[in-house]
Amino acid sequence: MSQKLEKLIDKKGLRLDGRKPEELRQIKIEVGIILNADCSAYIQQAKNKILAGVYGPRELHPKHLARPDRTVLRCRYHMAPFSVQERKSPAPSRRDIELSKVMREALEPSIFLEYYPRTGIDVFVEVLQADGGTRCASITAASLALADAGIPMRDLVVACAAGKIDNTVVLDLMDTEDKKGSADVPVALMPNFNAITLLQMDGILTHEEFEKAVNLALDGCKRIYVMQKEALKAKYESVKEVEE
Amino acid sequence: MSSVIVRIKQKQIAELIAKEKRVDGRGLSDYREIKVEQGIIERAEGSARVLLGKTEVMAGTKIGIGRPFSDTPDAGVLTVNAEFVPLASPTFEPGPPKENAIELARVVDRGIRESEAIDFKKLCIKPGEKVFVVFVDVYVLNHGGNLIDASALAALAALLNTKMLNYEIEEDEVKIKPGYTPLVVRKHPIAVTIAKINDKLIVDPSLEEEQMMDTRLTMTTDEDGNICAIQKGGSGTFTQKQVLEAAKIAREKAVEIRKKLKW
Amino acid sequence: MPTFFERKQIVTPGDLLAEGTYVAGENTYKEENKIYASKLGLVEYQDKKVNVVALRAFYIPRLGDTVIGTIVDVGFNGWTVDINSPYLAILRASDVLGRPFRPQQNDLSEVLDVGDLVIAKIIAYDRAHDPQLTVGEPGLGKITRGQVAKITPTKIPRVIGRKGSMVSMIKEKTGCHIILGNNGVILITGKNVEDEQLAVMAIYKIEAESHTSGLTDRIAQMIEKKMQKEELKNESET
Repeated sequence: MSQKLEKLIDKKGLRLDGRKPEELRQIKIEVGIILNADCSAYIQQAKNKILAGVYGPRELHPKHLARPDRTVLRCRYHMAPFSVQERKSPAPSRRDIELSKVMREALEPSIFLEYYPRTGIDVFVEVLQADGGTRCASITAASLALADAGIPMRDLVVACAAGKIDNTVVLDLMDTEDKKGSADVPVALMPNFNAITLLQMDGILTHEEFEKAVNLALDGCKRIYVMQKEALKAKYESVKEVEE
Repeated sequence: MSSVIVRIKQKQIAELIAKEKRVDGRGLSDYREIKVEQGIIERAEGSARVLLGKTEVMAGTKIGIGRPFSDTPDAGVLTVNAEFVPLASPTFEPGPPKENAIELARVVDRGIRESEAIDFKKLCIKPGEKVFVVFVDVYVLNHGGNLIDASALAALAALLNTKMLNYEIEEDEVKIKPGYTPLVVRKHPIAVTIAKINDKLIVDPSLEEEQMMDTRLTMTTDEDGNICAIQKGGSGTFTQKQVLEAAKIAREKAVEIRKKLKW
Repeated sequence: MPTFFERKQIVTPGDLLAEGTYVAGENTYKEENKIYASKLGLVEYQDKKVNVVALRAFYIPRLGDTVIGTIVDVGFNGWTVDINSPYLAILRASDVLGRPFRPQQNDLSEVLDVGDLVIAKIIAYDRAHDPQLTVGEPGLGKITRGQVAKITPTKIPRVIGRKGSMVSMIKEKTGCHIILGNNGVILITGKNVEDEQLAVMAIYKIEAESHTSGLTDRIAQMIEKKMQKEELKNESET
C-alpha cells in the first residue's frame, strides 16, 4: 500500500468509479440459486460475483470432529482461478485459510449451534470474480444462505468495509482503492444487536480515522442489511401475492 | 486448541474478572512478565526469544534472494511463517501449519508490513527480477496463551537484530563484501491482544483465560500511535464502544512493551 | 407491550416480534423480555404466544413419528437409514428378523438392501443418540411400489389439511393411497402411474402455495382439469 501516485479522489470529491466517499457500490443479492445445495445465495457488488451455499445440518465427516453438545460450523472461502487478473492457483492459499477462519467466526455468533448436537453445517463460498471487499460480500451472502436453509439464528450477519484513500475515510473500497489506498477496515455486524462479529484492519490509521472508519462501515452494514432482508423475502413474496 | 477447561476454574476466573481481578494476581490491563533476548541463534541473520509469562516464542530471520511480486516489481519481499512446534502444547499436531498458525503469521506479517517498518524499496536488486527476501520464522516453543503478542514481539526483536552481509550490485548481480550492516527498521509495531470475558476486556489472556474467552481483538500500533493492523478472533462479538476502548488500551500498552526492545 | 408485525408477515432471523409478557413459541427466542424470530417464516400471534411458521425446515426426529426412509448402508447387525434429517437412523437386524440375529446365517442385504425404501416408526431418539427405528407394526416395512414426493416437513400439516380434508380430497379424486411421513417424505400408490403422478403434482403445488388461502378448492380444480384432459385424450385415441 505504498504507491500513492495516482489520485483516487478527484477535485469534485468523487472516486474512480464516480462514487461519493460515503456511497456503496451497486449491490444485487439473490437467494436460492444453486438447487443442489440445501440453500444458496448470490451477491454481486460492482464486479464482485460471489456464490455461497450451505449444506446441513448433517452428519459430520470425519466423525471425530463431531461435538456432543453442538453443531460444528465449517466455512470454506475459495477463489476461482479466473476470478483475479493473474490466474490464482486453485489450491487454498494462506489468505484463503485465514479468511475461511474469520468468516466462520463472524457467522458463528449468529447461529444457535447448540440445537443440533453431533452434526455439521458446511458453508461454501466461491468467489467467481473479485473486486475488493470479497470477505464482506461473502459473509453477507453466506448468512443469507444459512437463513434460507432454515437454520435457527439469533440474527443475520451483514458485512461492509470502510477504509482510507487520499487522506479521506471512505466506504466500501473497490479493488484499486484497496490496493492503492492506505487502509482497509472490514466489519461484520449482527444488526439487531449492534454486535460486531468481524473486525480486521490493515494499513495505517490514526485513532480518529479508525473511529470514523468503524462508524462508516457500521452504517454501510445497516444499509446492506435492508437489501439482505429484501432478497430473502423476495424469494417467497410471489407466494404471498397469490393470497392478496 | 480445544482442550477442556474445568468448569469450576472457569467460574473462578469469571468471578474474579467481575471484581476486576485475575487468577494470577494481575489487574485487567496488566501484562505478564515480558523478557526479550536478542541475538540467540548465531546462524540466523537475526533472532530473538520472547518470554511472556509461560509463553515462549523464538523468531529467526534469514535473508535470501528471490523474485518480487508482479504488482510490486521494485520492492523486496517479506515472508512470515509460524510453526506451532508439537512439543509446545498437547494440542499441537505435527504437519503443515493449520489455521491458527496461519492466522498468527498473517497478523504478525500485517503489523510489520503495514507499519512500513522495513523499507522494501531498498531491498530491490533488479526491478521485476531480483529482490531480497526477508524470511521471518516464528517458532512457538511453549503455549501459555496470547501467542500473537509474543510472536509479533519476537519477530520485531529478531528484525531489529538482523544483520545483512555487505554487498555491492555489479551488473545486476550481488557481490558479497566483508562485514555486516544492520537491516534498517523504521517503525516498531507492537501487537496488543485484548480478550473479552463476561463482557469485560482483559489484556494479555493466559492459556486458561483464552480457553474460556468469548472473543479477542488484536490491535497493532506504531510509535506514532497509529493503528496498523487489527484482527478479531474467536466467535464472540464486540460492541462499538468496546472496540474503541480496546484501541485506547492497545496504544497505551504498546508504549510499555516497546521499552523492552533494544535498537 | 407491543407487537411489531402483522399476522402472516414474512420475518427474518433477528426481527423483533414482540416486547413484554409474551411467550416465545416455535422458531422464536426470548432475550430481556423481547421476542425475536430465529427463522425465516411467517409470524403468528396466538394470544400471548408468538410463533414463526418456518418457510424452510429440516426434519428433527420425534418419538412415535412415522417416517419414510432410504436404506443407505447395510452394517454388521443392522441398517443405516436416511430419513431426510440431520441425523441418520438405525434399524436393527433383530427388529426386522423378529429374532436374535446370527451373523453366520443371515445376509442382511437379502432382507433390505441399499436403495430400498421403508416405512418405519421412531422408537428411540435423544440429543446423544441417533434415532432408532422399528418396522414391527402393521403398515410398516419395505415399500415395493408407488411413488415418493419429498417436501419441507413443516408443510406436512398443510397436505393433511383441516381435519384431513386436503389429503382425503386428493385420495378420493385420484384414487391413490397416500402415506405421509412426518419427515416430509410422502408415499403415493395408485392404480396406475398417471394417477400417482397427478397426486404428486397436487402435493408439490400445496407445498409451493402453502401460505395461501382457498388452497383446497384450487387443488381440487387442478386435479379435475387434468383428469378431464386425460379422459379427452384417451377418448380421441380410442
